[in-house]
Amino acid sequence: MPIQEHEIHWVEEPEIGFWEASVLPGIATGLRTTLRHLFREPSVTQEYPEVKPDLPANYRGVHRLNRDDQGRVKCVACFLCATACPANCIEIVAAEAPWPDRDKYPEKFVIDELRCIYCGMCEEACPVDAIELTSIYDLTGQSREGMLFDREKLLSVYDETVNSGKDPVRTRSGELGPASTLMEQKE
Amino acid sequence: MHPLLHTVLAIGVVLGATLTACAYLIWLERRLAAWIQDRMGPNRVGKFGLLQPMADGLKFLLKEDVVPAHVDKALYFLAPSISMFTTFLAFSVVPFGPSSGNPKEEFQWVIAPRLDIGILFLFAAGSLAVYGVILGGWASNNKYSMLGALRSSAQVISYEIPLGLSLMGVILLTGSLNLEQVINHQTTSGLLGWHVWFQPLACLIFFMSALAESNRLPFDLPECEQELVGGYHTEYSAMKFAMFFLAEYTHVITVSFLVAILFFGGWHFPWIAEQASAYPGATFVKVLVLLVKVFGLILFIMLIRWTIPRYRYDQLMSLVWHGLIPLAAVNLVCVVVVKQFALSEAWLLPASLAMFVGAAIVSAQAAKRRVSRLLRRPAAVQAGG
Repeated sequence: MPIQEHEIHWVEEPEIGFWEASVLPGIATGLRTTLRHLFREPSVTQEYPEVKPDLPANYRGVHRLNRDDQGRVKCVACFLCATACPANCIEIVAAEAPWPDRDKYPEKFVIDELRCIYCGMCEEACPVDAIELTSIYDLTGQSREGMLFDREKLLSVYDETVNSGKDPVRTRSGELGPASTLMEQKE
Repeated sequence: MHPLLHTVLAIGVVLGATLTACAYLIWLERRLAAWIQDRMGPNRVGKFGLLQPMADGLKFLLKEDVVPAHVDKALYFLAPSISMFTTFLAFSVVPFGPSSGNPKEEFQWVIAPRLDIGILFLFAAGSLAVYGVILGGWASNNKYSMLGALRSSAQVISYEIPLGLSLMGVILLTGSLNLEQVINHQTTSGLLGWHVWFQPLACLIFFMSALAESNRLPFDLPECEQELVGGYHTEYSAMKFAMFFLAEYTHVITVSFLVAILFFGGWHFPWIAEQASAYPGATFVKVLVLLVKVFGLILFIMLIRWTIPRYRYDQLMSLVWHGLIPLAAVNLVCVVVVKQFALSEAWLLPASLAMFVGAAIVSAQAAKRRVSRLLRRPAAVQAGG
Protein backbone atom coordinates (compact mmCIF):
# COMPACT_ATOMS: atom_id res chain seq x y z
CA MET A 1 0.00 0.00 0.00
CA PRO A 2 1.43 3.37 -0.92
CA ILE A 3 1.88 6.01 1.71
CA GLN A 4 -1.33 7.95 2.16
CA GLU A 5 -1.30 11.68 2.26
CA HIS A 6 -2.71 11.80 5.76
CA GLU A 7 0.20 9.68 6.93
CA ILE A 8 2.73 12.26 5.87
CA HIS A 9 3.88 14.48 8.69
CA TRP A 10 5.40 17.67 7.37
CA VAL A 11 8.16 19.05 9.53
CA GLU A 12 8.70 22.75 9.12
CA GLU A 13 12.15 24.20 9.48
CA PRO A 14 12.02 26.29 12.65
CA GLU A 15 11.67 29.92 11.81
CA ILE A 16 14.81 31.97 12.18
CA GLY A 17 13.89 35.02 14.18
CA PHE A 18 15.83 38.11 15.06
CA TRP A 19 17.60 36.40 17.95
CA GLU A 20 18.94 33.51 15.88
CA ALA A 21 19.81 35.73 12.95
CA SER A 22 22.01 37.90 15.12
CA VAL A 23 24.19 34.81 15.74
CA LEU A 24 26.00 36.11 18.81
CA PRO A 25 23.44 34.94 21.43
CA GLY A 26 23.72 31.47 19.96
CA ILE A 27 27.47 31.58 20.22
CA ALA A 28 27.21 32.75 23.82
CA THR A 29 24.94 29.81 24.67
CA GLY A 30 27.41 27.46 23.00
CA LEU A 31 30.30 28.99 24.88
CA ARG A 32 28.45 28.46 28.14
CA THR A 33 28.14 24.77 27.35
CA THR A 34 31.80 24.59 26.41
CA LEU A 35 32.83 26.34 29.62
CA ARG A 36 30.60 24.13 31.74
CA HIS A 37 32.33 21.08 30.35
CA LEU A 38 35.70 22.74 30.79
CA PHE A 39 35.24 23.55 34.49
CA ARG A 40 32.34 21.55 35.89
CA GLU A 41 32.07 18.19 34.23
CA PRO A 42 34.64 15.69 35.48
CA SER A 43 36.71 13.63 33.11
CA VAL A 44 35.35 10.20 32.28
CA THR A 45 38.78 8.82 31.41
CA GLN A 46 40.03 5.95 33.52
CA GLU A 47 43.81 6.09 33.70
CA TYR A 48 44.21 2.39 33.16
CA PRO A 49 47.51 1.09 34.44
CA GLU A 50 47.18 3.16 37.62
CA VAL A 51 43.44 2.75 38.07
CA LYS A 52 42.09 -0.73 37.50
CA PRO A 53 38.59 -1.11 36.17
CA ASP A 54 35.86 -2.18 38.57
CA LEU A 55 34.64 -5.34 36.88
CA PRO A 56 31.25 -6.94 37.40
CA ALA A 57 31.16 -10.17 39.43
CA ASN A 58 30.28 -12.28 36.41
CA TYR A 59 33.17 -11.01 34.31
CA ARG A 60 34.58 -13.76 32.08
CA GLY A 61 38.36 -13.69 32.07
CA VAL A 62 41.09 -16.33 32.33
CA HIS A 63 39.97 -19.79 33.47
CA ARG A 64 40.99 -21.54 36.62
CA LEU A 65 40.62 -25.09 37.92
CA ASN A 66 39.17 -25.12 41.41
CA ARG A 67 40.58 -27.21 44.22
CA ASP A 68 38.46 -29.13 46.70
CA ASP A 69 38.80 -28.93 50.50
CA GLN A 70 41.81 -31.25 50.43
CA GLY A 71 43.61 -29.19 47.83
CA ARG A 72 43.09 -31.72 45.04
CA VAL A 73 41.83 -30.78 41.63
CA LYS A 74 38.05 -30.82 41.70
CA CYS A 75 37.70 -31.89 38.10
CA VAL A 76 36.42 -35.40 37.47
CA ALA A 77 37.41 -35.47 33.77
CA CYS A 78 33.85 -35.86 32.55
CA PHE A 79 34.55 -34.00 29.28
CA LEU A 80 31.37 -31.94 29.55
CA CYS A 81 33.30 -28.69 29.26
CA ALA A 82 35.29 -29.91 26.28
CA THR A 83 32.04 -30.98 24.64
CA ALA A 84 30.30 -27.71 25.37
CA CYS A 85 33.23 -25.62 24.21
CA PRO A 86 32.30 -23.94 20.91
CA ALA A 87 35.93 -23.09 20.19
CA ASN A 88 37.29 -26.54 20.84
CA CYS A 89 40.03 -25.18 23.03
CA ILE A 90 39.90 -27.66 25.93
CA GLU A 91 41.97 -30.81 25.75
CA ILE A 92 41.51 -33.39 28.52
CA VAL A 93 43.24 -36.72 29.03
CA ALA A 94 41.45 -38.68 31.73
CA ALA A 95 43.05 -41.24 34.00
CA GLU A 96 42.04 -43.48 36.87
CA ALA A 97 41.69 -41.30 39.94
CA PRO A 98 44.21 -42.05 42.74
CA TRP A 99 41.54 -41.09 45.25
CA PRO A 100 38.62 -43.26 46.36
CA ASP A 101 35.86 -40.62 46.04
CA ARG A 102 35.81 -40.49 42.24
CA ASP A 103 36.40 -42.54 39.16
CA LYS A 104 38.54 -40.33 37.01
CA TYR A 105 40.66 -37.28 37.23
CA PRO A 106 42.33 -35.22 34.52
CA GLU A 107 45.87 -36.40 33.93
CA LYS A 108 46.18 -33.65 31.39
CA PHE A 109 43.95 -30.59 31.20
CA VAL A 110 45.00 -27.93 28.68
CA ILE A 111 43.09 -24.81 27.67
CA ASP A 112 44.33 -22.87 24.67
CA GLU A 113 43.78 -19.36 25.97
CA LEU A 114 44.35 -17.90 22.51
CA ARG A 115 41.67 -20.04 20.96
CA CYS A 116 39.16 -19.54 23.75
CA ILE A 117 36.37 -17.07 23.07
CA TYR A 118 35.61 -16.57 26.79
CA CYS A 119 31.96 -17.50 26.40
CA GLY A 120 31.73 -19.23 29.78
CA MET A 121 30.02 -22.34 28.42
CA CYS A 122 32.58 -24.62 30.16
CA GLU A 123 31.69 -23.05 33.47
CA GLU A 124 28.01 -23.60 32.72
CA ALA A 125 28.56 -27.18 31.72
CA CYS A 126 30.74 -28.32 34.63
CA PRO A 127 28.78 -30.64 36.96
CA VAL A 128 31.26 -30.36 39.84
CA ASP A 129 31.99 -26.62 39.57
CA ALA A 130 35.63 -27.32 38.85
CA ILE A 131 36.20 -24.85 36.04
CA GLU A 132 35.49 -21.18 36.55
CA LEU A 133 36.28 -17.95 34.75
CA THR A 134 38.10 -15.32 36.77
CA SER A 135 38.28 -11.55 36.41
CA ILE A 136 41.83 -11.62 35.04
CA TYR A 137 41.59 -9.69 31.76
CA ASP A 138 45.15 -8.59 31.06
CA LEU A 139 46.47 -11.91 29.82
CA THR A 140 49.72 -11.78 27.90
CA GLY A 141 52.30 -14.30 26.78
CA GLN A 142 55.61 -14.54 24.98
CA SER A 143 54.63 -17.37 22.67
CA ARG A 144 51.67 -19.38 21.45
CA GLU A 145 52.92 -22.35 23.47
CA GLY A 146 52.99 -20.19 26.57
CA MET A 147 49.32 -19.50 26.15
CA LEU A 148 48.46 -23.20 26.41
CA PHE A 149 47.48 -23.36 30.09
CA ASP A 150 47.92 -26.82 31.56
CA ARG A 151 46.44 -28.29 34.72
CA GLU A 152 49.10 -26.94 37.08
CA LYS A 153 48.93 -23.48 35.55
CA LEU A 154 45.14 -23.45 35.86
CA LEU A 155 45.39 -24.59 39.47
CA SER A 156 47.90 -21.85 40.14
CA VAL A 157 45.44 -19.34 38.71
CA TYR A 158 43.03 -20.67 41.35
CA ASP A 159 45.61 -20.18 44.09
CA GLU A 160 46.25 -16.66 42.85
CA THR A 161 42.69 -15.52 42.57
CA VAL A 162 40.73 -17.39 45.22
CA ASN A 163 41.72 -15.04 48.03
CA SER A 164 41.98 -11.85 46.02
CA GLY A 165 38.44 -10.89 46.99
CA LYS A 166 37.37 -10.37 43.42
CA ASP A 167 36.96 -14.04 42.49
CA PRO A 168 35.45 -16.07 45.29
CA VAL A 169 34.52 -19.60 44.32
CA ARG A 170 31.16 -18.90 42.83
CA THR A 171 29.60 -22.17 43.94
CA ARG A 172 29.93 -24.30 47.10
CA SER A 173 33.59 -23.92 47.85
CA GLY A 174 35.57 -26.85 49.21
CA GLU A 175 33.05 -29.58 48.67
CA LEU A 176 32.94 -31.76 45.63
CA GLY A 177 29.91 -31.38 43.43
CA PRO A 178 26.84 -33.63 43.35
CA ALA A 179 28.58 -36.17 41.13
CA SER A 180 30.95 -37.20 43.93
CA THR A 181 28.08 -38.00 46.29
CA LEU A 182 26.67 -40.24 43.62
CA MET A 183 30.03 -42.07 43.64
CA GLU A 184 29.94 -42.52 47.40
CA GLN A 185 26.44 -43.95 47.28
CA LYS A 186 27.57 -46.42 44.67
CA GLU A 187 30.39 -47.63 46.88
CA MET B 1 74.54 48.93 20.27
CA HIS B 2 74.47 48.80 16.52
CA PRO B 3 70.90 48.95 15.20
CA LEU B 4 71.51 45.88 13.07
CA LEU B 5 72.34 43.92 16.20
CA HIS B 6 69.03 45.08 17.66
CA THR B 7 67.18 43.76 14.68
CA VAL B 8 68.98 40.42 14.70
CA LEU B 9 68.34 40.10 18.41
CA ALA B 10 64.66 40.93 17.99
CA ILE B 11 64.31 38.43 15.14
CA GLY B 12 65.93 35.74 17.25
CA VAL B 13 63.72 36.47 20.24
CA VAL B 14 60.55 36.61 18.17
CA LEU B 15 61.32 33.45 16.20
CA GLY B 16 62.33 31.47 19.27
CA ALA B 17 59.49 32.72 21.43
CA THR B 18 56.88 32.18 18.74
CA LEU B 19 57.96 28.67 17.93
CA THR B 20 58.10 27.68 21.60
CA ALA B 21 54.77 29.37 22.18
CA CYS B 22 53.35 27.46 19.22
CA ALA B 23 54.53 24.14 20.61
CA TYR B 24 53.02 24.84 24.00
CA LEU B 25 49.84 26.30 22.56
CA ILE B 26 49.35 23.03 20.70
CA TRP B 27 49.79 21.22 24.00
CA LEU B 28 47.37 23.62 25.67
CA GLU B 29 44.83 23.28 22.90
CA ARG B 30 44.98 19.50 23.15
CA ARG B 31 44.48 19.62 26.91
CA LEU B 32 41.68 22.16 26.60
CA ALA B 33 40.00 20.13 23.88
CA ALA B 34 40.23 17.09 26.11
CA TRP B 35 38.79 18.88 29.14
CA ILE B 36 35.95 20.31 27.09
CA GLN B 37 35.19 16.80 25.84
CA ASP B 38 35.49 15.38 29.39
CA ARG B 39 38.76 13.64 28.62
CA MET B 40 42.29 13.99 30.04
CA GLY B 41 44.44 14.99 27.08
CA PRO B 42 48.18 14.36 26.78
CA ASN B 43 49.42 13.92 30.35
CA ARG B 44 52.02 11.15 30.07
CA VAL B 45 55.20 12.80 28.85
CA GLY B 46 56.52 14.73 31.80
CA LYS B 47 54.50 16.39 34.53
CA PHE B 48 51.02 17.23 33.16
CA GLY B 49 52.33 16.17 29.74
CA LEU B 50 54.48 19.29 29.60
CA LEU B 51 57.18 17.52 27.61
CA GLN B 52 54.67 16.45 24.98
CA PRO B 53 55.74 19.22 22.55
CA MET B 54 59.32 17.89 22.71
CA ALA B 55 58.11 14.39 21.98
CA ASP B 56 55.97 15.68 19.12
CA GLY B 57 58.85 17.70 17.71
CA LEU B 58 61.21 14.73 17.91
CA LYS B 59 58.64 12.55 16.25
CA PHE B 60 58.21 15.02 13.41
CA LEU B 61 61.96 15.30 12.92
CA LEU B 62 62.68 11.59 12.99
CA LYS B 63 59.70 10.40 10.97
CA GLU B 64 60.18 9.18 7.47
CA ASP B 65 59.64 12.06 5.10
CA VAL B 66 57.40 10.50 2.49
CA VAL B 67 57.37 12.26 -0.89
CA PRO B 68 54.69 10.75 -3.13
CA ALA B 69 55.80 9.64 -6.58
CA HIS B 70 53.78 12.02 -8.73
CA VAL B 71 54.22 15.32 -6.98
CA ASP B 72 55.66 18.44 -8.52
CA LYS B 73 58.89 18.29 -6.50
CA ALA B 74 59.89 21.94 -6.54
CA LEU B 75 56.47 23.31 -5.62
CA TYR B 76 55.89 20.49 -3.17
CA PHE B 77 58.94 21.50 -1.18
CA LEU B 78 58.28 25.21 -1.64
CA ALA B 79 54.71 25.23 -0.29
CA PRO B 80 55.34 24.62 3.43
CA SER B 81 58.27 27.02 3.35
CA ILE B 82 56.06 29.74 1.89
CA SER B 83 53.46 29.10 4.56
CA MET B 84 56.04 29.43 7.33
CA PHE B 85 57.83 32.34 5.71
CA THR B 86 54.79 34.53 5.17
CA THR B 87 53.37 34.06 8.65
CA PHE B 88 56.71 34.92 10.20
CA LEU B 89 57.15 37.83 7.83
CA ALA B 90 53.94 39.29 9.19
CA PHE B 91 55.49 39.24 12.65
CA SER B 92 58.18 41.69 11.67
CA VAL B 93 55.92 44.71 12.09
CA VAL B 94 53.94 43.53 15.11
CA PRO B 95 55.04 45.46 18.20
CA PHE B 96 55.18 43.10 21.15
CA GLY B 97 55.86 45.80 23.68
CA PRO B 98 55.78 49.55 24.16
CA SER B 99 57.59 51.20 21.32
CA SER B 100 57.84 54.95 21.59
CA GLY B 101 58.93 55.50 18.02
CA ASN B 102 61.90 57.45 19.34
CA PRO B 103 64.88 56.30 17.23
CA LYS B 104 67.30 57.03 20.09
CA GLU B 105 65.71 54.48 22.38
CA GLU B 106 67.67 51.32 23.10
CA PHE B 107 65.34 48.45 22.40
CA GLN B 108 62.30 48.92 20.22
CA TRP B 109 60.17 45.83 21.00
CA VAL B 110 59.47 45.33 17.34
CA ILE B 111 61.63 43.92 14.57
CA ALA B 112 60.94 46.72 12.11
CA PRO B 113 60.23 49.83 14.18
CA ARG B 114 58.60 52.96 12.81
CA LEU B 115 57.36 51.22 9.68
CA ASP B 116 54.73 53.64 8.44
CA ILE B 117 53.07 51.11 6.18
CA GLY B 118 52.82 48.55 8.98
CA ILE B 119 49.24 47.37 8.45
CA LEU B 120 49.63 47.44 4.69
CA PHE B 121 52.74 45.30 5.01
CA LEU B 122 50.82 42.88 7.24
CA PHE B 123 48.16 42.42 4.62
CA ALA B 124 50.69 42.11 1.84
CA ALA B 125 52.55 39.38 3.73
CA GLY B 126 49.37 37.78 5.01
CA SER B 127 47.76 37.43 1.62
CA LEU B 128 50.87 35.70 0.32
CA ALA B 129 50.08 32.88 2.76
CA VAL B 130 47.43 31.59 0.40
CA TYR B 131 50.22 30.65 -2.01
CA GLY B 132 51.50 28.10 0.47
CA VAL B 133 48.10 26.45 0.57
CA ILE B 134 47.44 26.59 -3.15
CA LEU B 135 50.90 25.41 -4.17
CA GLY B 136 50.75 22.63 -1.59
CA GLY B 137 47.41 21.45 -2.90
CA TRP B 138 48.43 21.76 -6.53
CA ALA B 139 51.83 20.15 -6.19
CA SER B 140 50.46 17.17 -4.26
CA ASN B 141 48.69 15.89 -7.39
CA ASN B 142 45.85 14.64 -5.25
CA LYS B 143 42.21 15.51 -5.77
CA TYR B 144 41.49 16.09 -2.09
CA SER B 145 44.48 18.36 -1.73
CA MET B 146 43.42 20.22 -4.83
CA LEU B 147 39.84 20.63 -3.62
CA GLY B 148 41.08 21.84 -0.26
CA ALA B 149 43.40 24.31 -1.93
CA LEU B 150 40.64 25.57 -4.23
CA ARG B 151 38.29 26.09 -1.32
CA SER B 152 41.01 27.75 0.62
CA SER B 153 41.92 30.17 -2.15
CA ALA B 154 38.31 31.27 -2.56
CA GLN B 155 37.85 31.53 1.19
CA VAL B 156 41.04 33.38 1.97
CA ILE B 157 40.65 35.82 -0.90
CA SER B 158 37.03 36.53 0.04
CA TYR B 159 37.78 37.06 3.71
CA GLU B 160 40.70 39.33 2.93
CA ILE B 161 38.17 41.99 1.89
CA PRO B 162 36.30 42.37 5.22
CA LEU B 163 39.62 41.91 7.01
CA GLY B 164 40.96 45.01 5.31
CA LEU B 165 37.70 46.95 5.20
CA SER B 166 37.03 46.52 8.91
CA LEU B 167 40.44 47.95 9.67
CA MET B 168 39.91 51.02 7.53
CA GLY B 169 37.80 52.55 10.29
CA VAL B 170 40.57 52.08 12.82
CA ILE B 171 43.10 53.49 10.39
CA LEU B 172 40.92 56.54 9.79
CA LEU B 173 40.49 57.08 13.53
CA THR B 174 44.22 56.79 14.10
CA GLY B 175 45.34 58.55 10.96
CA SER B 176 48.25 56.15 10.55
CA LEU B 177 49.05 52.70 9.22
CA ASN B 178 51.81 52.35 11.78
CA LEU B 179 50.88 49.78 14.43
CA GLU B 180 52.85 51.62 17.13
CA GLN B 181 50.88 54.76 16.31
CA VAL B 182 47.66 52.76 16.57
CA ILE B 183 48.57 51.73 20.10
CA ASN B 184 49.70 55.21 21.09
CA HIS B 185 46.45 56.65 19.81
CA GLN B 186 44.49 54.35 22.11
CA THR B 187 46.61 54.93 25.19
CA THR B 188 45.96 58.65 25.35
CA SER B 189 42.45 58.47 26.82
CA GLY B 190 42.43 55.56 29.25
CA LEU B 191 40.30 52.46 29.10
CA LEU B 192 37.64 54.28 27.10
CA GLY B 193 40.19 55.09 24.44
CA TRP B 194 40.40 51.53 23.23
CA HIS B 195 39.19 51.18 19.69
CA VAL B 196 36.81 48.41 20.64
CA TRP B 197 34.45 51.06 22.08
CA PHE B 198 34.33 52.96 18.82
CA GLN B 199 34.55 50.01 16.45
CA PRO B 200 32.95 46.98 18.12
CA LEU B 201 31.44 45.83 14.87
CA ALA B 202 34.75 46.22 13.05
CA CYS B 203 36.39 44.23 15.86
CA LEU B 204 33.87 41.43 15.40
CA ILE B 205 34.26 41.43 11.63
CA PHE B 206 38.02 41.53 11.87
CA PHE B 207 38.08 38.69 14.39
CA MET B 208 35.80 36.50 12.29
CA SER B 209 37.69 37.19 9.09
CA ALA B 210 40.96 36.56 10.86
CA LEU B 211 39.69 33.17 12.03
CA ALA B 212 38.82 32.39 8.43
CA GLU B 213 42.20 33.65 7.24
CA SER B 214 44.05 31.39 9.65
CA ASN B 215 41.88 28.40 8.68
CA ARG B 216 40.62 27.91 12.20
CA LEU B 217 37.29 26.38 13.11
CA PRO B 218 34.53 27.23 12.36
CA PHE B 219 36.14 28.18 9.05
CA ASP B 220 38.61 25.33 8.58
CA LEU B 221 37.19 24.20 5.26
CA PRO B 222 40.55 23.84 3.48
CA GLU B 223 41.35 20.88 5.67
CA CYS B 224 38.04 19.54 6.93
CA GLU B 225 38.78 15.92 7.65
CA GLN B 226 35.29 14.59 7.07
CA GLU B 227 35.16 15.79 3.49
CA LEU B 228 38.70 16.15 2.23
CA VAL B 229 40.81 13.57 4.12
CA GLY B 230 43.36 16.15 5.24
CA GLY B 231 42.78 18.96 2.78
CA TYR B 232 45.73 20.64 1.19
CA HIS B 233 48.26 18.86 3.38
CA THR B 234 46.96 15.33 2.79
CA GLU B 235 50.19 14.30 1.05
CA TYR B 236 52.51 15.97 3.52
CA SER B 237 54.21 14.12 6.32
CA ALA B 238 56.88 14.60 8.96
CA MET B 239 58.49 18.02 9.18
CA LYS B 240 56.79 19.44 6.10
CA PHE B 241 53.42 18.77 7.66
CA ALA B 242 54.68 20.25 10.90
CA MET B 243 55.63 23.40 9.03
CA PHE B 244 52.08 23.82 7.74
CA PHE B 245 50.82 23.19 11.22
CA LEU B 246 53.21 25.64 12.85
CA ALA B 247 52.37 28.23 10.21
CA GLU B 248 48.70 27.88 11.08
CA TYR B 249 49.43 28.32 14.75
CA THR B 250 51.73 31.25 14.18
CA HIS B 251 48.89 32.77 12.22
CA VAL B 252 46.64 32.39 15.25
CA ILE B 253 49.21 34.13 17.41
CA THR B 254 49.62 36.94 14.87
CA VAL B 255 45.88 37.39 14.64
CA SER B 256 45.55 37.56 18.42
CA PHE B 257 48.35 40.13 18.56
CA LEU B 258 46.61 42.20 15.91
CA VAL B 259 43.23 42.13 17.63
CA ALA B 260 44.85 43.05 20.95
CA ILE B 261 46.85 45.86 19.35
CA LEU B 262 44.22 47.28 17.03
CA PHE B 263 41.15 47.06 19.22
CA PHE B 264 42.13 46.34 22.81
CA GLY B 265 44.73 49.00 23.42
CA GLY B 266 47.88 46.95 22.88
CA TRP B 267 50.03 47.14 26.01
CA HIS B 268 47.70 49.66 27.64
CA PHE B 269 45.81 48.89 30.80
CA PRO B 270 44.41 51.51 33.18
CA TRP B 271 46.58 52.34 36.22
CA ILE B 272 49.22 49.65 35.78
CA ALA B 273 50.32 50.27 32.20
CA GLU B 274 49.60 53.82 31.12
CA GLN B 275 51.39 55.98 28.63
CA ALA B 276 52.90 57.93 31.51
CA SER B 277 53.74 55.10 33.87
CA ALA B 278 57.47 55.22 34.45
CA TYR B 279 58.00 53.11 37.55
CA PRO B 280 60.89 50.63 37.36
CA GLY B 281 59.94 47.64 35.28
CA ALA B 282 57.04 49.47 33.67
CA THR B 283 58.18 48.34 30.25
CA PHE B 284 58.03 44.71 31.27
CA VAL B 285 54.61 45.18 32.83
CA LYS B 286 53.47 46.63 29.51
CA VAL B 287 54.85 43.67 27.59
CA LEU B 288 53.17 41.37 30.08
CA VAL B 289 49.83 43.15 29.73
CA LEU B 290 49.99 42.76 25.96
CA LEU B 291 50.93 39.09 26.25
CA VAL B 292 48.08 38.45 28.70
CA LYS B 293 45.62 40.04 26.29
CA VAL B 294 47.01 37.96 23.44
CA PHE B 295 46.83 34.80 25.53
CA GLY B 296 43.23 35.55 26.44
CA LEU B 297 42.34 35.94 22.78
CA ILE B 298 44.09 32.70 21.88
CA LEU B 299 42.15 30.93 24.63
CA PHE B 300 38.96 32.43 23.24
CA ILE B 301 39.84 31.17 19.76
CA MET B 302 40.39 27.70 21.20
CA LEU B 303 37.05 27.79 23.03
CA ILE B 304 35.32 28.93 19.86
CA ARG B 305 36.81 25.95 18.08
CA TRP B 306 34.92 23.52 20.30
CA THR B 307 31.75 25.61 20.40
CA ILE B 308 30.72 26.32 16.83
CA PRO B 309 30.42 23.62 14.19
CA ARG B 310 32.03 24.14 10.80
CA TYR B 311 30.19 26.26 8.25
CA ARG B 312 28.98 24.66 5.07
CA TYR B 313 30.89 26.04 2.10
CA ASP B 314 28.02 28.06 0.63
CA GLN B 315 27.17 29.41 4.09
CA LEU B 316 30.79 30.43 4.50
CA MET B 317 30.73 32.33 1.23
CA SER B 318 27.31 33.86 1.85
CA LEU B 319 28.43 34.98 5.31
CA VAL B 320 31.31 36.97 3.90
CA TRP B 321 29.68 38.34 0.73
CA HIS B 322 26.21 39.01 2.13
CA GLY B 323 27.19 39.76 5.71
CA LEU B 324 30.67 40.86 6.54
CA ILE B 325 31.63 42.86 3.45
CA PRO B 326 28.49 45.08 3.36
CA LEU B 327 28.69 45.56 7.13
CA ALA B 328 32.35 46.50 6.98
CA ALA B 329 31.63 48.93 4.14
CA VAL B 330 28.75 50.57 6.02
CA ASN B 331 30.92 50.77 9.11
CA LEU B 332 33.60 52.53 7.07
CA VAL B 333 31.01 55.01 5.79
CA CYS B 334 29.99 55.74 9.40
CA VAL B 335 33.57 56.49 10.36
CA VAL B 336 33.98 58.69 7.30
CA VAL B 337 30.83 60.62 8.17
CA VAL B 338 31.94 61.11 11.76
CA LYS B 339 35.36 62.27 10.62
CA GLN B 340 34.10 64.49 7.83
CA PHE B 341 31.53 66.36 9.90
CA ALA B 342 33.75 66.39 12.98
CA LEU B 343 31.11 64.66 15.08
CA SER B 344 31.96 63.12 18.43
CA GLU B 345 33.60 59.73 18.02
CA ALA B 346 31.27 58.45 20.75
CA TRP B 347 28.57 58.29 18.06
CA LEU B 348 30.35 55.30 16.57
CA LEU B 349 29.31 52.94 19.38
CA PRO B 350 25.53 53.37 18.94
CA ALA B 351 26.07 53.40 15.18
CA SER B 352 27.83 50.03 15.37
CA LEU B 353 25.07 48.57 17.53
CA ALA B 354 22.45 49.89 15.13
CA MET B 355 24.29 48.34 12.19
CA PHE B 356 24.48 45.01 14.00
CA VAL B 357 20.77 45.01 14.85
CA GLY B 358 19.94 46.08 11.32
CA ALA B 359 22.00 43.27 9.86
CA ALA B 360 20.26 40.77 12.15
CA ILE B 361 16.81 42.02 11.09
CA VAL B 362 17.75 41.87 7.41
CA SER B 363 19.16 38.37 7.69
CA ALA B 364 16.14 37.16 9.65
CA GLN B 365 13.90 38.45 6.86
CA ALA B 366 16.12 36.82 4.25
CA ALA B 367 16.05 33.53 6.13
CA LYS B 368 12.27 33.64 6.30
CA ARG B 369 12.05 34.15 2.54
CA ARG B 370 14.55 31.39 1.88
CA VAL B 371 12.76 28.91 4.11
CA SER B 372 9.38 29.59 2.51
CA ARG B 373 10.96 29.20 -0.93
CA LEU B 374 12.71 25.94 -0.09
CA LEU B 375 9.88 24.33 1.85
CA ARG B 376 7.00 25.05 -0.46
CA ARG B 377 4.61 22.16 0.05
CA PRO B 378 3.17 20.36 -2.94
CA ALA B 379 -0.15 22.04 -3.74
CA ALA B 380 -2.19 18.82 -3.53
CA VAL B 381 -1.02 18.09 -0.02
CA GLN B 382 -1.78 21.58 1.12
CA ALA B 383 -5.30 21.33 -0.23
CA GLY B 384 -5.87 17.91 1.33
CA GLY B 385 -4.06 18.37 4.59
